[in-house]
Amino acid sequence: MAITVYIPTPFRKLTGNQVYVQAQGGTVREVLEELGQRYPGLANMIFDQERRIPAHINIYLNNQEIHSLQGPDTPVKDGDEVAVIPAIAGGQVLTPEQVMRYSRHIIMPQVGPVGQRKLMQAKVLVVGAGGLGGPAALYLALAGVGTIGIVDFDVVDLSNLQRQVLHQNDDVGRPKTQSARETLLSYNPDINVVLHEAPLTSDNAMEIIPNYDIVINGADNFTTRYLVNDACYFAGKPLVDGSILLFDGQMTVFVPGKGCYRCLFPAPPPPGAVPNCAEAGVLGALTGVIGSLQAIEAIKLILGIGESMAGRLLLYDALSGEFRTVKIRRDPKCPLCGDDPTITGLIDYENFCGAPFPGRDNG
Amino acid sequence: MAVEVRLTANLQRLAGGQRSLQVEAGTVGELLDRLEALFPGFKQNILEDGQLRRFVNIYLNDEDIRFLQRLETPLRDGDVVSILPALAGGRGGR
Repeated sequence: MAITVYIPTPFRKLTGNQVYVQAQGGTVREVLEELGQRYPGLANMIFDQERRIPAHINIYLNNQEIHSLQGPDTPVKDGDEVAVIPAIAGGQVLTPEQVMRYSRHIIMPQVGPVGQRKLMQAKVLVVGAGGLGGPAALYLALAGVGTIGIVDFDVVDLSNLQRQVLHQNDDVGRPKTQSARETLLSYNPDINVVLHEAPLTSDNAMEIIPNYDIVINGADNFTTRYLVNDACYFAGKPLVDGSILLFDGQMTVFVPGKGCYRCLFPAPPPPGAVPNCAEAGVLGALTGVIGSLQAIEAIKLILGIGESMAGRLLLYDALSGEFRTVKIRRDPKCPLCGDDPTITGLIDYENFCGAPFPGRDNG
Repeated sequence: MAVEVRLTANLQRLAGGQRSLQVEAGTVGELLDRLEALFPGFKQNILEDGQLRRFVNIYLNDEDIRFLQRLETPLRDGDVVSILPALAGGRGGR
């Protein structure tokens, strides 16, 4: 009987980096024992000292876990496929397809199967399915972030397609949320995309944001930026902030209690003082740089690895090709997160910023 | 003191499109006066009633001057001063 055995990434170095190995035998056990004789390192992983398959290793025969069949004694026939899948903490397993799909992440010790499960259980809200939210959501989806929420109310416009990777030519005129969900699921059907098809306002922000672990800000106006900042602070959620204009990008992470957008910029510019991308323009590929950096910071937060950008503002000047970081501090006089806060709930942001939340007609 | 000034995004158009330039100044306040002399009208975009506007930040190297000595912050040869407005772009509207 020629049986194909799928070797998971963590064990692959024990089989000469082969993803699939041919083996012989009449039952699952015989196949694995035959394999173990040829690859003693692998045998140490898939058998315990009593030559039993340990509880943290799951074996699949043609995508069915063998305990639902006849266990190790399940007979196999020519052409069958056996998959060896190590379980992880908590007893939950990744399916063979997930192990394959995420193998380039799982192989890194900073991620591993435990980290992959964290990504799959994470919930990230992306505010704005546009220039920044697009690449951010895309890389989160590819990484297998289990729940991605998308807040947007706009429809795809032809002028979006110079930079907004979630939307394609045929999507012009469709709601951005619908187009975004379709694109994300076409890249990875293994995730859940939740749509919030309305502008974020003081009325709905505290109903939406607390359902997520992390918020990514891709808003294109100051009114929404201050709202998202305040709502994340009240909900105790990290905010991965990014903004772009012309050839310049800014990116940082605000962790509640360690400084916020108001500590960085205490008040918005008066309407018209700082142009937006529609008025002044923006280099399309710049959205990919900053949006991808936002995805990276969110993934670092989920995995608990590396040095967060919290407390540092990254500046990217595309024309000079330079990245620089400057320090951000919590301002003790900040009206939101300072020592004597005066903002203790969501406020009237349209009044504060002197500009309405964008609507379908003026966005 | 010869310092390098870096201007971000829309501030560049106030300086003839320059992204960085060398300026002689002893303090941040003096530096803004030099820029005003070079580019009349520049300073009103940065200051209001003699104070830094709340949507503009100035960094001496990597430190926000609000946490140093604000406009009196002294400059040394080779310092880099960055002037940075808040940007809102992201979703990219229409």
